Amino acid sequence: MRSPAKSFAAVVRRLHQPGAAGRLTALAIPYGWLALFFLLPLLIVLKISVSESVMGIPPYLPIVQLAEKAQVQIHLTFSNFALLLRDNMYVVAYINSVKIAAISTLISVVIGYSMAYAIARSPLRWRYLLLMLIIIPFWTSFLIRIYAMIGFLKDNGLINNVLMALGVIDQPIAIMYTPTAVYIGIIYSYLPFMVLPIYAALERMDPSLLEAANDLGARPWKAFLRVTLPLSMPGVVAGSLLVFIPAVGEFVIPELLGGLGSPMIGKVLWAEFFSNRDWPVASAVAVAMLALLVVPVMMFDRFASRYFRGR
Amino acid sequence: MAVGSGGLQDKPWTDPKAEPFVRVLGVSKYFGDIAAVNGVDLNIYRGEFFALLGASGCGKTTLLRMLAGFETPSAGKIFIDGVDMADIPPYRRPVNMMFQSYALFPHMTVGQNVAFGLQQEGVAKAEIADRVAEMLDLVQIKALARRKPDQLSGGQRQRVALARALVKRPKLVLLDEPLGALDRKLREQTQFELVNIQEKLGATFVIVTHDQEEAMTMATRVCVMNAGMVEQVGAPAEVYEYPNSRFVADFIGTANLFDGLVTEVSSDQTRIASPDLGGDIVVGSGGAVAKGASVSVMVRPEKIQVMPSGSPDPGFNSAEGIVREIAYLGDVSVYHVELISGKRVQFTRANLLHTADAPLTWDDRVRFQWHPDNGIMLVQ
Repeated sequence: MRSPAKSFAAVVRRLHQPGAAGRLTALAIPYGWLALFFLLPLLIVLKISVSESVMGIPPYLPIVQLAEKAQVQIHLTFSNFALLLRDNMYVVAYINSVKIAAISTLISVVIGYSMAYAIARSPLRWRYLLLMLIIIPFWTSFLIRIYAMIGFLKDNGLINNVLMALGVIDQPIAIMYTPTAVYIGIIYSYLPFMVLPIYAALERMDPSLLEAANDLGARPWKAFLRVTLPLSMPGVVAGSLLVFIPAVGEFVIPELLGGLGSPMIGKVLWAEFFSNRDWPVASAVAVAMLALLVVPVMMFDRFASRYFRGR
Repeated sequence: MAVGSGGLQDKPWTDPKAEPFVRVLGVSKYFGDIAAVNGVDLNIYRGEFFALLGASGCGKTTLLRMLAGFETPSAGKIFIDGVDMADIPPYRRPVNMMFQSYALFPHMTVGQNVAFGLQQEGVAKAEIADRVAEMLDLVQIKALARRKPDQLSGGQRQRVALARALVKRPKLVLLDEPLGALDRKLREQTQFELVNIQEKLGATFVIVTHDQEEAMTMATRVCVMNAGMVEQVGAPAEVYEYPNSRFVADFIGTANLFDGLVTEVSSDQTRIASPDLGGDIVVGSGGAVAKGASVSVMVRPEKIQVMPSGSPDPGFNSAEGIVREIAYLGDVSVYHVELISGKRVQFTRANLLHTADAPLTWDDRVRFQWHPDNGIMLVQ
């Protein structure tokens, strides 16, 4: 991974070479896109997070204000961030979110890996059909799929009805509005993001590597542990990031399926924005979440890519 | 030519009492309706360097994979060292294979790749280190032990694959086109090295190749395969000099084939009238065919003598023709001569002098002949 400064220097260097105009246009599109839709909103959120909250539209004070006598007034406050530490609710929500996301990711790795493995080892004519089945749920709106989950999970929903009909239970188990429902919802929704990169890694693997391992005396499970698993780790890492990152900030699933018992940071953020109309605190929650997540995730990615790909 | 024959002076395959190390009994392998291997019987003896030779799709690789245990025979049996291999999975066979793609583990260093097999056996760590070092030394890549496969050249990877296949000291080593990915110079050099290593270790090697020169150079015996079946098994010189079919004659080296009908058979000679040649052919063997039989006679290009046009006609094994093509190969030149029948005959001449004494050129008329013992009669 190159640092942005280095990439920028490389871009500047290339501008002095022949054909620079075309290259500049080609580069301007991705960089412009990132600046407009990624950097700019981020800066706005950052700005709001250090602004003072007021009643009004917009519900925060501008940082730079022209006061009387042509004086410039600067309102900068870190009280929003201080509040996050002072009020136990935020810390609990953060920890809870990371915990739920981590456990969901772990379970997704186990389920997703077995699904990806089964697809990668199935006959070619089945493979694309099975992959399609993984992708098809995306054709329905995420929100509708989560609502549909309620039909499965509620007290007289499909799961409870089937279990009672089979005589496994007499009383419906409470799944809805519990952390279990949130886990089920997150794993269900994000599983394809785990399956696809692992499948890609497994499918790329040369099957003769396994034969070589067998030939050298490795039983099938040993060959899996020593050859298949390490070679598919880049897929596992990519899938884990794709599940973990959005799961931490997940709002819809805990809102619709979860109870009040285990608040997630996405829900807190929503409440600050829309219920309390405290945009600065909501922004601070978002910025803190970003800071808390980006650093370890980048380090993890760096480590993983160096370990598995970097040579 | 066959450097590999040096290791086995006693030629165990000529001794009916010798116990074969690998026995392939009536083995067939079907993929759907297609027989990749069709009723193959083979005996391979301890210490042999045995080559399975054939064009792509002839079943040689499938046969090798059945020896390794990656494919199960549809019919027939395979015995290695007297043990029926039917229910023995690859990881329990006394066999190691060098893969055509080398199949090196990309996430492991050279040393780890070579050590892998020993780790599976539960060999002690210190001994693994010793044996890996010894093996890397043998294939001359000791300095590369800490590199990953993608930091190696093709030739170096080939050596790692070889070291990995040899480190467990298997009794049987299978090599699937081991030199296929190397350039010509490196390949020739490696051929001799492989034979030396094999003789040093005393293991039995079975190599699959489509390159007849490679097979001839290295092998104690060559098995020529065609369409899933064995055409001929024999020492390289035997297969080259005495092919038993048109296919083998044509596949191994270059062959001039003249079709004709047997006109006279005696105990030591056969006379054949060949319209291809435009005259009679006499071969120095007899008895095997009846008068009137339709046969082919094969003559190797280097066994044909060339004379100036107008030289006396010996009355058999001779004709005149016009030089149509000349291929200069450096050490020899190959001449294509067209006969009156339209048949083209190839012969070679060594380029002994910088200016040949009687240089042949395009459209020259020449007479050629060969000795009756140099023609091989093939019954169609």
